[in-house]
Amino acid sequence: MSASFDVIVAGAGPGGIAAATIAAEAGLHVCLLDDNAKPGGQIWRGFGADSARKYPHSHAYLEWSRRLERTACEVWSGWQAIDRLEASTLRLERDGEVQDLRFHKLILATGARERFLPFPGWTLPGVMGVGGLQALVKSGLEARGKRVVVAGTGPLLLAVAAGLAHAGAKIEGIYEQVDFSRLMKFGLSLAKHPEKLMEGACYRGKTLGAPYRTGCWVTRASGSDKFESVTITDGRKEWTHTCDWLACGFHLVPNLELPHLLGCRVANGFVVVNRLQQSSMQDIACAGELTGIGGLEKALLEGEVAGWMAAVRKDRATMLTKRVDRLRKFARQMEQTFALRDELRTLSRPETLVCRCEGVAHGALKECGSWREAKLLARCGMGACQGRVCGAAAEYLYGWQTAGTRPPVFPAAVSTVAAQSDVPEPIHT
Amino acid sequence: MTEAFTITVNGRPLLVTENVSVAAAMMMANEPCRRSVKGDARAPFCGMGICMECRATVNGVPHCRTCQVFCSPAMEVVTE
Repeated sequence: MSASFDVIVAGAGPGGIAAATIAAEAGLHVCLLDDNAKPGGQIWRGFGADSARKYPHSHAYLEWSRRLERTACEVWSGWQAIDRLEASTLRLERDGEVQDLRFHKLILATGARERFLPFPGWTLPGVMGVGGLQALVKSGLEARGKRVVVAGTGPLLLAVAAGLAHAGAKIEGIYEQVDFSRLMKFGLSLAKHPEKLMEGACYRGKTLGAPYRTGCWVTRASGSDKFESVTITDGRKEWTHTCDWLACGFHLVPNLELPHLLGCRVANGFVVVNRLQQSSMQDIACAGELTGIGGLEKALLEGEVAGWMAAVRKDRATMLTKRVDRLRKFARQMEQTFALRDELRTLSRPETLVCRCEGVAHGALKECGSWREAKLLARCGMGACQGRVCGAAAEYLYGWQTAGTRPPVFPAAVSTVAAQSDVPEPIHT
Repeated sequence: MTEAFTITVNGRPLLVTENVSVAAAMMMANEPCRRSVKGDARAPFCGMGICMECRATVNGVPHCRTCQVFCSPAMEVVTE
C-alpha cells in the first residue's frame, strides 16, 4: 500500500502537532504519524478532552488538539517508520501491515527519550525511568499508596514527583545529582531572584512530603526478584529507602534514528537546523527536542516555524524566530546545568548489565575500544531496543561515539522489510 | 465514567478500564512482562515504547510492546 502527501510530519507530540496543524491550515495535504496509540507525545500522553483539565499544560493541549481536529490532516497513530526507500519515501509498519508514504516535504519531530545509566539493580522490576513511571501512571497504573523515590537529574524530577503525589503516591525522597551551587547559577540566568526559585523548589519538595535534595545520587537498587530498596549517597555517607518503586532517569536525549537515517547533519548530540528549522537535507525540517532539549514551549514554536516554512510562508515563520532563539539558549543552559557528575561513571560493578536486551555486563565491555567493537564482540546494543537505552549510557561511561543508524530503524517483520514498493509518482504542488 | 471489564494476565482475571495500558495492567497484576536472556524477570521500564522490556504476548501475538497497547475486553496477556 502507498500514498502521497505534500507534508509528512513524523512524531505527534506538541512540535509535530503544531507543524501539522499550521501546514494543514494552509491547505496542504498533511500526514501526521506516530507509533503511539494516540497523538500527544509524552508530555500530553493520556490527555483527552475530558481528562486533560487535571494536568498542567492542558490549556495548550486543548487549543492545539482542537485546531488540529478542524483541519483535514490525516493522523496515522500506531504507525512506526522503519526505513526510507528512496529520497522522499518512508516505509511504515503497523501490526504487520506495510505502507510506503511519499512526501514532498518532511518534518521530523520525533522528540526525546530518557537517558538511563546503569547501576547495580537497575534491571529489577519496580525500577523505572522518571518519565517512564509518569507515562505508566498516565496510562492507568495505580499509584495510590505506593512509596516512591525519584532520583537522577533534570527538571522532570520535581514535575514527576508532584504528579505522583497528586496521584496518591508517597514520595520518600527526590534526589538531584547536580550540586546546589550549579542549580543556583542556572536559576540566576532565569530569574532576578534565583534564591527564591531554589527556595520554591525546596518548598515544593516539602509540600510533597519529601525533601528535594541536590548533590545526591543512587548507588544501587536491591531486591531478590523485584525492587525492594534503593541506596542513595551524597558522596560522603550512604542511606537506604525501602519502598515500592524507584524512578530514576538522567535528563533526556533526542530520538535521532530517523534524522540519522535520512542523512541530516547532527552535531553535539542534536540535529543541526537553521533559524527556520531546516536541516542539512533539502526538504527536511526538524522541530522540538531533536534540536535541543527545551520542553513544550520550544517544541510548539519550532513546530509552528516548520509548519509555516512547509506552507512557503517565510514571513510568518520569521516572526517567531526571536522567541525560538531565546528558547534554544535556554535549552543549551539546561544541558550544561544538568551535565552528569563523574561519580556516576563508577556505579557499575563488573556484573552490572549495561545492555539490558542482550545481557551484556560492564565487565565484558572493558576490553572493547569502541561502540562497534562492543557490538561485534559482546553484542552490546544488538538487542531489541537497538541500543536506544545502552547507547547513551555507553557514550557517557566509555566515551564512545554511538551515532549512526541502519535500517530498519525499528524491529520489523521480515515481510515488511522485503515488501515490494508500489510508490506512486511524485506529486507536484 | 469508563466501564470496567476483565482481562486475563497469565490466566488470572484482572479488572481494568479501556484507558489502562497492558503494561500498567501487568504491573498491577504483579506479573513480569518477560524473562531476560539470562532468565531474570523484567517489567516496564521506559514507559514510552523505547526499551522493549515490556514485551509480552497479547491475544496470541508475541513481542507486543505492552506500554503502547491499551486493554480491551477479554484480552489475554501472557508473560514471555
